[in-house]
Amino acid sequence: MIREFSASDILFIASAARWTLILSAIAFLGGAIGGLGIALARTSGGTLLRRVAAGFIQIFQGTPLLMQLFLVYFGLAVVGLPINPLLAAAVALTFHASAYLGEIWRGAIEAVPSGQTEASMALSLSYTDRMRHVVLPQAMRLAVAPTVGFLVQLIKGTSLASIIGFTELTRAGQIINNATFKPFLVFGTVAALYFILCWPLSLLARRLEARMRRAVTR
Amino acid sequence: MTENAITMRGVNKYYGGFHALVDVDLTVRRGERIVICGPSGSGKSTLIRTINQLEPIESGSIVVDGVELKAGGDNVAKIRRDVGMVFQSFNLFPHMTVLENCMLAPMKTRKVTRAEAEATARQYLDRVKIPEQAEKYPAQLSGGQQQRVAIARALCMKPRIMLFDEPTSALDPEMVNEVLETMIDLARDGMTMLCVTHEMEFARAVADRVIFMDKGVIVEENAPNEFFGNPQNERLQTFLGQIA
Repeated sequence: MIREFSASDILFIASAARWTLILSAIAFLGGAIGGLGIALARTSGGTLLRRVAAGFIQIFQGTPLLMQLFLVYFGLAVVGLPINPLLAAAVALTFHASAYLGEIWRGAIEAVPSGQTEASMALSLSYTDRMRHVVLPQAMRLAVAPTVGFLVQLIKGTSLASIIGFTELTRAGQIINNATFKPFLVFGTVAALYFILCWPLSLLARRLEARMRRAVTR
Repeated sequence: MTENAITMRGVNKYYGGFHALVDVDLTVRRGERIVICGPSGSGKSTLIRTINQLEPIESGSIVVDGVELKAGGDNVAKIRRDVGMVFQSFNLFPHMTVLENCMLAPMKTRKVTRAEAEATARQYLDRVKIPEQAEKYPAQLSGGQQQRVAIARALCMKPRIMLFDEPTSALDPEMVNEVLETMIDLARDGMTMLCVTHEMEFARAVADRVIFMDKGVIVEENAPNEFFGNPQNERLQTFLGQIA
């Protein structure tokens, strides 16, 4: 049964975009927490801690996101959890985002001049106070633009969750296409919706980057 | 209360294969003002940076205000609270106002209240003659003003010893004096000071002792008159000839 591509189909696809946003938000928040831990571990004095964090980053940057999704999806069953596409996608994307944000933020932390750390130590500030009040606020300014840039990658990356059967934007498109068989129209709509989500963020990232560059040269 | 502010015995420091400090012995009495000079790479900055353990040492002992400096433990934190440091490149926190720069450490490490920290900060900003800059950010100030803020920031911790690591080397010539005047003012007040500097006028004016270092060794130390008027060591004679 092939039917026409109608307004209700567009509505179906558009409403599935909320799952893309929810999945992106979970992965980004989880990745922010994990990424901060990894960035701090990578810049810490402990050799073991640094190595473990570096290994984590290498594994997740060196394997395809799709494989990570498969491994977590089928891994849930291995550890006795129910197979749940949302849970699997959220966990895999959180690991993925942790690795990338960890690496971005490590670079930002290391870009803060060492004199800032030395001055903090000379003032007897503890590690926590030094990070919280001196180093991280400065690193954050450097990291904002690349972080927003990564968020765009992450939103697009959630489309892979369709392959493990999670109904977000891309999978909604596949479902409609199976019923209407208008692939160009359907996936054109899907792509347009991704663009509407990502484009403002790309613009924001570019503007933040320009502001950053002005601040540095001033 | 011990007699000596700082006692260093047989201190050795290596950077990889480079022997930066070689069996350094140094005693600084309370209230003494010491100027350290020497060619670049002679270990003078390294020497004062070992006193608050910005540079850990490989062997020897350092006692600051009766507290032995050892890796780990609470001793390092205690010594850092009582030893202020001023850097060549100021190292002010650029995202905080001048006032916030001065208030952060006392509030976090001395646990004073915000009101108390602010009062102290304003008092010392007044002392370094820039009370009107309190609400500005470091980037809005001249180099000389920034360095005076850095001095005020260190003083807000009420240190017993002040370390100066080439405090005027990064300044434009016309700003050197305002910083030196602040340091002279501090010296008159009886602060124990160790200054790495090439400002020989400053050394003549305030130093009790001038130390010359070369290749990680204290080669000569003497009162300023003798040090400049009658240098014994050949390398010191050459050095004084070069900077005169």
